Amino acid sequence: MPATFIQPEFKVEIDYDKCHKCGRCVQQCGWGVYDFNGRPIPDDSKCRACHRCVTYCPAHCITIKKNELAFRDNENWSPALRKAVWRQAESGGVMLTSMGNDKPYERIFDHLVLDACQVTNPSIDPLREPMELRTYIGRKPDSVEVEPDGEGGVRLKKGAGMTNNIELATPLMFGGMSYGSVSLNVHKSLAMAASRLGITMNTGEGGLHADLYPYTDNVIVQVASGRFGINPDYLKRGVAIEIKVGQGAKPGIGGHLPGEKINKEVSTTRMIPQGTDAISPAPHHDIYSIEDLRQLIYALKEASGYKPVGVKIAAVHNVAAIASGIVRAGADYVYLDGFKGGTGAAPQIIRDHVGIPIEIAIAVVDQRLREEGIRNQASIIAAGSIRSSADMAKAIALGADAVAIGSAALIALGCHVCQSCHTGCCSWGLTTQKPELTRRLDPEWGAERLTNLVHAWSHELQEILGALGVNSVESLRGSRERLRSVGLDAQTSEILGVKPAGM
Amino acid sequence: MMKTPAYSQESPFKIHGGCGLVGICDESGTRFSGSVAINAMAVQHDRGNGLGGGFAGYGIYPEFPDHFAFHMMYHDIQSKEVAEAVLDEHFQVDLAEPMPTRPVKGITDAPLLWRYFLTPYPAKLEAAEVTAEDFVVHVVMLINSTVDGAFVASSGKNMGAFKGVGYPEEIGHYFQLEEYEGHTWVGHNRFPTNTPGWWGGAHPFTLLDWSIVHNGEISSYGINSRYLEQFGYKCTLGTDTEVAAYLFDLLLRRHKLPLALACKALAPPLWEEIDRMPEAERKLMTSLRAVYGSAMLNGPFAIVLGFNGGMVALNDRIKLRPLIAARKGDVLVVASEESAIRQIMPDPDSLWAPKAGEPVVARIRGMEWPIHGDLHSSPSEISCAVTGVLDSCEPAEVA
Repeated sequence: MPATFIQPEFKVEIDYDKCHKCGRCVQQCGWGVYDFNGRPIPDDSKCRACHRCVTYCPAHCITIKKNELAFRDNENWSPALRKAVWRQAESGGVMLTSMGNDKPYERIFDHLVLDACQVTNPSIDPLREPMELRTYIGRKPDSVEVEPDGEGGVRLKKGAGMTNNIELATPLMFGGMSYGSVSLNVHKSLAMAASRLGITMNTGEGGLHADLYPYTDNVIVQVASGRFGINPDYLKRGVAIEIKVGQGAKPGIGGHLPGEKINKEVSTTRMIPQGTDAISPAPHHDIYSIEDLRQLIYALKEASGYKPVGVKIAAVHNVAAIASGIVRAGADYVYLDGFKGGTGAAPQIIRDHVGIPIEIAIAVVDQRLREEGIRNQASIIAAGSIRSSADMAKAIALGADAVAIGSAALIALGCHVCQSCHTGCCSWGLTTQKPELTRRLDPEWGAERLTNLVHAWSHELQEILGALGVNSVESLRGSRERLRSVGLDAQTSEILGVKPAGM
Repeated sequence: MMKTPAYSQESPFKIHGGCGLVGICDESGTRFSGSVAINAMAVQHDRGNGLGGGFAGYGIYPEFPDHFAFHMMYHDIQSKEVAEAVLDEHFQVDLAEPMPTRPVKGITDAPLLWRYFLTPYPAKLEAAEVTAEDFVVHVVMLINSTVDGAFVASSGKNMGAFKGVGYPEEIGHYFQLEEYEGHTWVGHNRFPTNTPGWWGGAHPFTLLDWSIVHNGEISSYGINSRYLEQFGYKCTLGTDTEVAAYLFDLLLRRHKLPLALACKALAPPLWEEIDRMPEAERKLMTSLRAVYGSAMLNGPFAIVLGFNGGMVALNDRIKLRPLIAARKGDVLVVASEESAIRQIMPDPDSLWAPKAGEPVVARIRGMEWPIHGDLHSSPSEISCAVTGVLDSCEPAEVA
């Protein structure tokens, strides 16, 4: 019997006439595709199409192609489904994957278009006029109360006004990605960039490495079900604390970082023994209900000297009611993670079939919080495949205060979306702990790439705001009047609170 | 169905438009003829397109200073009878008369125009356990939303709105405004880019003794209206003026912000300016912007808010619409064009372009500041009263 029915997905073609026989591809490939016998000999079955070898080949002689094996057409049994059955028949296991949902679900952002000013109101040129992106994340009072200041003017009444908000220079954060799932150099790149940009990075659930301490004014520390790396010092270091209840890529599912990834540094940071698996339970075992969440929120506030506490949830069917409960439980922000959000490892069946689109989640949560008159009490962070500044602008127009990016940040650092983070062999040195791979990312270079990306998106957001004729991002936030849908069914448009184009 | 277009039918979608405006106030309280306001609007003729003009005058009814002056528009005799029955039921009517008008070329299709000087029946007030102001809001709501073909153009004390379809100078002459004397006048010339042609839809927009005229196009309308809905206001007109009126009501009356601070919430300074402020002021302005971010009126506007006691003029935060101010002695004038000011004040002591977001305030000495402390009506009642759109009202409140 054959060892497997599954044929290689890709074909690695080398133009040996051009090849320098330098062996750099052999050295660069994290998957062990290449053998070297006078010249590189590829094993197609190991290739992930991550293009590391292609990028570093000095002769540009490597091409990666799809292995387009013909299957007899069957709309019901796609080749991918046939392969999945074979794979599971061979292994008996749950199929793992990573990054975000790659199935061809409708991408609602791509059916929303933005408005612009013509004649009746002027557009504004962001190169010549101020265009403000500063955003405050956190609880705000419903009104501002003042008292006479004794000099003929007024001042904030004692105890009134906004306190403990996270200031963002642009309405974007880096989403949580744990040290362990990504390398320390990725964390450093994110932290340095966040610090330069005046935004925040998020530790994810793997604790905070001591090398990041200089940047903690721009770090949100996460508390997840595994409670890795959490102590009072950790809670006090960041600008805010995030309770991670769920993740868009794997709602209702915990995490599993294999022991091979738990080296000495990860072990110290996570406060677990070296080489042991780090398992995050599916639920928090001290949160079985909304009142438990309230207790944890306030316990964390007490422990941290009243830092803002946010709650991250996966976008699921009943997300509006859940978010309302979270806000009433005392959260300062609700982080909504849509079903296209990325992951370092998840069961494929969960990643591809559980959860709802982020666009819908933003719309229903924002509307529900407004209907209940509690929208001012918490900010909404939207994540789960924010792919461009256009997605960012549309998410904000639907009602988000800010967006968070994870996948886009990794792509900026070299990720080619090969969906193999869970293997720990990332050739780009991002989602791995192998020292020979992690050293491939220079944090200084990474920070510059991330800074460039966020600057670019911010400039684009300013262009969008200028075209809309507003000079401050809060005038776009929740302004669904500036969106129209194209090619969405009436009910979806209604749920989004967006009129179809032409109306 | 309404016999005449209600606001809701006038604008099933957002109304776009430009405008011209003027505000004149003599802070000494000295009254002057409405012809001054007409003259100031006449030179701004080209800022409108003949589809709406109007004025509001304050201090114009010295013989009835404590009566609520209702300016009414009726489609026909029948609607007049129904509305008058409502007025009779709630108020002692001390004078009811047709509005004095004269024929003016260009003014056609005028509705029946009447005015009433009213005092709420004390027994009715007691029974309803509300203040006189709330009582008036309730009746305005009742008429505008339930009496077919009737519309309350204004309902304040010692003031009145005079508005209709036409150029403002035509409307002014039609209503014989030169016969009235007031200490404060606001005027408006409308350039709607759709064609409603409904008298009630002209500006000023009023409730009790508040009036608002507005030149602009608020690009943040979508979020402003959603923000107001959180507090119970229903933005059914699709006009920026409506949104601005409710925001002033929310900030001044319900959140009790001082006028200057309310203006700062609507047209806030830039963050870089806030960052340079002394600490106490910086904290206040940071909170104000963060809390009222959704209330910020973003996009071009110039607005004049009139009330018994003065007026406030406000420009958007980067001054995208014209607003000029001038003073001579006690008289303060604001207008869209300097020509309007020069027409009525050829030799001002000072003339300036108010800075973006800096309110120009005129206060009549000895008169109260513009907060209806006696008004407690809910946002939905306020919305329903001014728009006459029944959907705005909570069912229980109309009953």
